[in-house]
Amino acid sequence: MFDRTRCDLNGACAQVCPVGAIAVAASFALDRARCISCSRCIEVCPTGALAQGLAFAVPERTRRALVEPPPAPLAAKGQELATRARRVLGRSLHVRHLDAGSCNGCDWEINATTNAVHDIQRFGVDFVASPRHADVLLVTGTVTHNLEIAARRTYDAMSEPRLVVAVGACASSGSPYPSGYASGEGAASILPIDVFVPGCPPRPEAIIEGLLLAVGRIVRVR
Amino acid sequence: MIETQSVAADALPDTCAALVQERRARLVVMTGTDERERGRGFGLYYVFALPSGALVSIEAQIDPARPEFPSVTRVVPAAHWYEREVKDLLGIEPRGHPDPRRLVLHDDWPHGLHPLRKDFDGRRTVARDPHPHGPITGVRGDGVIEVPVGPIHAGIIEPGHFRFGGVGELVFQLEARLFYTHRGIEKAAEGASVERVLFLAERICGACSLSNAVAYSQAIEAIADRHPGRRTRLIRSVLLELERLYNHVGDIANLCAGAALQLAVYQGGVLKERLQELNAEVAGHRYLFGVACPGGVRRDLDAAAQECIRRETGAIESEFRSYVDALLQTESFMERLVGTGVLEHDLADELGAVGVAARASGVARDVRASQPYAGLRPGMVTPVLRTEGDVRARMLVRVDEAFASFGLVNDLLRELAEVAPTELVTPIGPLPPDRWALGMVESPRGENVHHVMTGAAGEITRYRVRSASYNWALVPFAVAGNLLPDFPLINKSFELCYACLDR
Repeated sequence: MFDRTRCDLNGACAQVCPVGAIAVAASFALDRARCISCSRCIEVCPTGALAQGLAFAVPERTRRALVEPPPAPLAAKGQELATRARRVLGRSLHVRHLDAGSCNGCDWEINATTNAVHDIQRFGVDFVASPRHADVLLVTGTVTHNLEIAARRTYDAMSEPRLVVAVGACASSGSPYPSGYASGEGAASILPIDVFVPGCPPRPEAIIEGLLLAVGRIVRVR
Repeated sequence: MIETQSVAADALPDTCAALVQERRARLVVMTGTDERERGRGFGLYYVFALPSGALVSIEAQIDPARPEFPSVTRVVPAAHWYEREVKDLLGIEPRGHPDPRRLVLHDDWPHGLHPLRKDFDGRRTVARDPHPHGPITGVRGDGVIEVPVGPIHAGIIEPGHFRFGGVGELVFQLEARLFYTHRGIEKAAEGASVERVLFLAERICGACSLSNAVAYSQAIEAIADRHPGRRTRLIRSVLLELERLYNHVGDIANLCAGAALQLAVYQGGVLKERLQELNAEVAGHRYLFGVACPGGVRRDLDAAAQECIRRETGAIESEFRSYVDALLQTESFMERLVGTGVLEHDLADELGAVGVAARASGVARDVRASQPYAGLRPGMVTPVLRTEGDVRARMLVRVDEAFASFGLVNDLLRELAEVAPTELVTPIGPLPPDRWALGMVESPRGENVHHVMTGAAGEITRYRVRSASYNWALVPFAVAGNLLPDFPLINKSFELCYACLDR
């Protein structure tokens, strides 16, 4: 959670952030797509403007909306598409998982959405074996050099209408891995992303929320 | 102290073979380095463990004008993947290696480019070679079919490419191409700060995150010769056992998925979920990220947290016992596991198997017993052994180790309750130059080895991670001669991470 009224722009948080997610100049900005929730910024903040909170975990439709505090006003991008998706797909949603080079943490959390506790099937969501059967591609990982071709082919094999949800910090931005010869800059560098789910890894509830947001089953008022 | 012997490159095979034969040493890790900037050549460090747990390092310098050395693999088979890695990443040729194909780099990586050479800029992107050569050899013959699977799989799992060759459902050969999730973590660590590398170490692999973070921290602490206090070490050990528990319990549940035993998949899944929520409750993270750091831990386990662990693990242990009893009585499930995916003892021993896979084949390797670390004292852990080497044996090793971990957590908590709260982090300070150290931790999958080296200014100049998922080199041996539909079972019984291996 960020409390604007307590921030004096001292910049200690930006200095300590290991992934360059915080910029402090005329104002404070935290890029939740890069944030790995290490909480170093909270520990060093002398004014108590930063605190743990679920606000950092909320999925968004645009990369820009992941900046905290959000730059106002935000365009309602994606709502139209989501409404259409809702009309076409109804309450049945087939999801294909694509690991594009992750640490496997997000992938285990996607697995956890299918356990009896989180039980994503109660929302009509099924994981399918082929991208040809899928309405949504759920992408984890930075898009590594060794997976880029396979990742593109998986997306190309899907039929329209198709949506893409990026799960986790590295799928959202590449963070914390440095991009280069092996690691990429996240799913958005090769695919059109409909929803970003931040977190390292995001909890199962956040992944479920991201999927429902993508298909218009959640209406975000903000 | 690590005993070191510097030898000429040509003497490597004989020296290493003598160590194995005469002193019953086993290869723990081999690390290649580029030391040309320091007025030396390429370095090769073969690190062995003696039965006493003491380490011996055989080191050789390679002339940069002639980057090759006689392969050690023919006399110490466990060296096979290490030497292929050195060839790919540093461009040093292991002369006479029985399988000199690429391992880390894929076919479309251009020739002559080696990412771990110091003159290679890790931040650059690399164009693909338009004329890739296929490294898959395969099986040929009348009636032989090849079944390609992956790299993107049908389930929610990590990427890898498998090529099964056989007749009908009988598999003669499995070729696995891995390293799809190679993220260049070792390269990224070079020159990075101790703290920055910690965040990378935690994210080598989600499911072994704490093991990797502690192994890395131990290596840094050994280099700095600054060691955390008793309380901190006990906290590490408690949480490392909680990491083992959620993995072992979850891995048994996933094994049931390999045989379509749905009720057990869901029941085991709930137990895993409860263990992960316990992690979140007492340590702030379902995968225990952000807990360990060089010098100590970032979170205390206060009396309330200790009580929470005791209560919840006690409840889960008794449910796990009923769960396992029911599984063992489900003949339709158990009979699928018997004699399936056998890993022979000698093969496991010679190829350097570690962890559950080694112990299920009668090879007693458990870092907790051989090199006790963190809060463990000698004798607290006895390796759980079985001899059959099949899927059932790997499952039963996990079962017995899970029960042992429940007990160990309680023993450690009892001790923790008597150690007064202290500073949680011992400051590390700048690292001394020209040192190296290993950090070794028994992750849920086996021995993880982190080899950290410092350069002239005390910076991290090389970070080599050999996780237990190096066991991948053994999986094809356990698959040959089995039926294709049994592969999911065999695979899940090894339960290796691709991310841990690929880095």
